[in-house]
Amino acid sequence: MTAETLEQAPPNTQRTSVGNRLEEIAAGEQVRSEIHPELAKEDNILSIEHFNLWYGRAQALYDINMSVPKGKVTALVGPSGCGKSTLLRSVNRLNDLIDIVRIEGDMKINGSSVYAPNVDVIELRKRMGMVFQKSNPFPMSIYENVVYSLRIDGERNKKVLDEVCERSLRGAAIWDEVKDRLQESALGLSGGQQQRICIARAIAAEPEVLLMDEPCSALDPIATNKIEDMIDALKGEYTILIVTHNMQQAARTSDYTAFMYLGRLIEYGPTDTIFQKPRLIETKDYVTGRFG
Amino acid sequence: MTDLPKNSKLGTRSRSAGRRSMSLYAEGEPMVWLTGGALAFSLLMILAMLVYVFYMGFSNFWPQRVSKITTHAGQVHMGSVSRVQTYKPSLANVDRLPEALRDATREQLLETDGYTLRTLLYTGNYDLTGTRFQWVSDYEIDAREYPEWALLVERRMDGNFYGMPVAFERDGEPVTESPGEIWEHYREIHPEVRRRFRERERIRTVEMGRVNRRQETARRRLVEATNRFANDDLSAEELDLVRQETEAIIADTRKEHAELTERVDAINTENRRYGLVMETDQGRRHTLFFDDIVLAFPGNQLSLFQKVRIFGERWREFIFDDPREANMEGGVYPQIIGTVTMTLVMTIFVVPFGVIAALYLREYAKPGPIVSAVRIAINNLAGVPSIVFGVFGLGFFCYIMGGYLDDWFYSASPVPTYRGGGVLWASLTLALLTLPVVIVATEEALSAVPGSMREGSYACGASKWQTIKRIVLPRAMPGIMTGMILAMARGAGEVAPLMLVGAVKLAPSLPFDIHNLSGTLGPIPTGPIHLERSFLHLGFHIYDLGFQSSDSEAARPMVFTTTLLLITIIVLLNLTAIMIRTRLRKKFQSGAF
Ligand SMILES: Nc1ncnc2c1ncn2[C@@H]1O[C@H](COP(=O)(O)OP(=O)(O)OP(=O)(O)O)[C@@H](O)[C@H]1O
Ligand SMILES: [Mg+2]
Repeated sequence: MTAETLEQAPPNTQRTSVGNRLEEIAAGEQVRSEIHPELAKEDNILSIEHFNLWYGRAQALYDINMSVPKGKVTALVGPSGCGKSTLLRSVNRLNDLIDIVRIEGDMKINGSSVYAPNVDVIELRKRMGMVFQKSNPFPMSIYENVVYSLRIDGERNKKVLDEVCERSLRGAAIWDEVKDRLQESALGLSGGQQQRICIARAIAAEPEVLLMDEPCSALDPIATNKIEDMIDALKGEYTILIVTHNMQQAARTSDYTAFMYLGRLIEYGPTDTIFQKPRLIETKDYVTGRFG
Repeated sequence: MTDLPKNSKLGTRSRSAGRRSMSLYAEGEPMVWLTGGALAFSLLMILAMLVYVFYMGFSNFWPQRVSKITTHAGQVHMGSVSRVQTYKPSLANVDRLPEALRDATREQLLETDGYTLRTLLYTGNYDLTGTRFQWVSDYEIDAREYPEWALLVERRMDGNFYGMPVAFERDGEPVTESPGEIWEHYREIHPEVRRRFRERERIRTVEMGRVNRRQETARRRLVEATNRFANDDLSAEELDLVRQETEAIIADTRKEHAELTERVDAINTENRRYGLVMETDQGRRHTLFFDDIVLAFPGNQLSLFQKVRIFGERWREFIFDDPREANMEGGVYPQIIGTVTMTLVMTIFVVPFGVIAALYLREYAKPGPIVSAVRIAINNLAGVPSIVFGVFGLGFFCYIMGGYLDDWFYSASPVPTYRGGGVLWASLTLALLTLPVVIVATEEALSAVPGSMREGSYACGASKWQTIKRIVLPRAMPGIMTGMILAMARGAGEVAPLMLVGAVKLAPSLPFDIHNLSGTLGPIPTGPIHLERSFLHLGFHIYDLGFQSSDSEAARPMVFTTTLLLITIIVLLNLTAIMIRTRLRKKFQSGAF
């Protein structure tokens, strides 16, 4: 489907389509996403197909068509309330927990449907890790927090657990801070430390896809740097889908960037292009901080 | 955009209108006073009640002085002051005074509007005089003394004895007649007598009980064997073997029994060798055997240290001894055991049930009108009068469930086991009564678990049950504990339903007995807990003492002390639970944000 959309996308529409899209959105018309051709060359792990989502009557996502390349970092940017978290939570079907949510369309992970009726949601979620916008450590020790995914799979081997715990905490750039207090409650940590514990928890089970919803919003620059280093290190092995409000972060860490606005995917392409010469003026305005 | 100025104009108008009519009420000041005052008033009432109960409960055991009051009419009363009150004597009473005093008394009464004080003296000696108490009005009193050697003797029967020591007897022979020496002998010998007394009680209850049980078991085995023989399930030789064994056991236990009886008799004879000859205020002489004396002291010459010791000794007796004299004196040990056992068994039933019910309501059931209706019904259940639960418990648990249990598991026993009142049924009845408390508290705790924690768990690939077990329940545990604490407090203090389902005035054995580990609940062994037994209960004890006893005046102090104890036990149970909860909170909830 990506190819199809790409064919429709006019190659050089920089100025011409400027006002159109905002007007179209305001008029409630379907908006065509600007998808850059580079994406077609990538090997996709996740493809989102005609995805619509409603919270009760209010539609939050409009016909999202997007493919996430395997082993790359993809950033989702856009103004607050545009549906980034909603899209992210749709990938691991966390929106199932909200009674009023209704969806249309589908997603495919490695070619198999995410929303088909016979999908084992628990198995699906085990293949993904998620870091939330607000840190949500569990009411247990730091150690148990990190190895939670292994525990629920019934892992008992202390050696394995210890190893995973250390590796994940190092990966989340918090090992040195907590290595002497692993058995203390995770709730006794500072907000930023809690967030890094949550990151460690998400990468502990070595997920195929890592979903990160503004993982660094509560972190200081040093920890943020470390997390970005971690993302760099994980790149290739894992596929990372990250939501961020920090444009520099998106520019620094991601390979591809998708710009969303009011529930629509507006433009999606290689990060360099999106930040340096996006096709759409809205994207340009947004990434340069002129509107949002 | 256009209605913005309009809006703000409206806002200003209404604000200025409000200011014009600004009243004291609108300021809110009176509401602060009203609400604060109401709170202070309720707190004060509770505090006053607690202080009163504490004072009355504690002072009951402080060693009293022994007053000797001589009236103008020449009567002598010796005893301890029970209480003093004002009253208005009829003038006819004054006429009975000696001539010389009448006018002065009348004048004095006129000055005080006819009111005077009167003292209630606990004169004891019930076996000699037939009364325990004597009112003495102030104007009747000629002299009030505190004789140095006046003794207060607490006895096992017939209440206190007041008198002067005259002699100490050994084997019916007076040994000494000087009060000081009598007292020395008493102090030396009485503790031994008491020790032997306790040993005797132990032999009677524990050892003889064990022997009796052994015999009983052997007999039952023989009966069973005979039945099986009748059904051709057992050969004649085997039956014969069982019979021989049984006879051997019976002979053995008979011997043991005889030995124990001998020991008891020996203790009795030894204890009755010693006696205290006393002279009462009426001038009568009376011998008190040491065996019958619980505690004696010369109330008017005690040092503070001795007083504290007697105070402690009385508390010890109160908490660890059995009651005597129709529960009016002695200890409340069986009541404490009964109350605690019942409360704990109740907790064991109510908490899991309540938590599971709340889990279903909050986590699994789809919210909707049915769930709301169920929730309202549960809340209303908390408002049903407790006696209704008692009636239900009697009908359903005691008779129906108890009947089935007896039919299924105890058909060999000639007397009802679980049919009728007992700890189990009382606990279940109270569990039913306190169920709403646990459900409501648990539901609240569950709904207070942040959704983000659940989402985090689901995102890790946990199932619903794993999330509940690993995240939701631990996090909700402090709240669940709160529910448990409330349920325990409610259950331990409840009396009305218990009267129907198992609390009694006198029980031969305790529901918790470490000397008898043969408790069973159907096929399940329960060790020292005997769930089928009826029990004594502190709350019921208070009611019984206060309203059902033959001499409410004598029972009065005990009512307060028992109340104090019940409150203390409830507080202790709660404190333990609160401590556990605080530790859980530290573990699960301390958050840094
Ligand atoms: N549980 C919910 N119920 C109803 N509406 C919701 C719910 N969650 C989100 N929404 C709505 O869906 C839209 C998208 O929300 P979403 O949280 O995805 O935004 P976002 O892009 O993540 O914003 P931010 O950058 O502030 O996190 C918003 O308009 C929001 O009001
Ligand atoms: Mg968001």
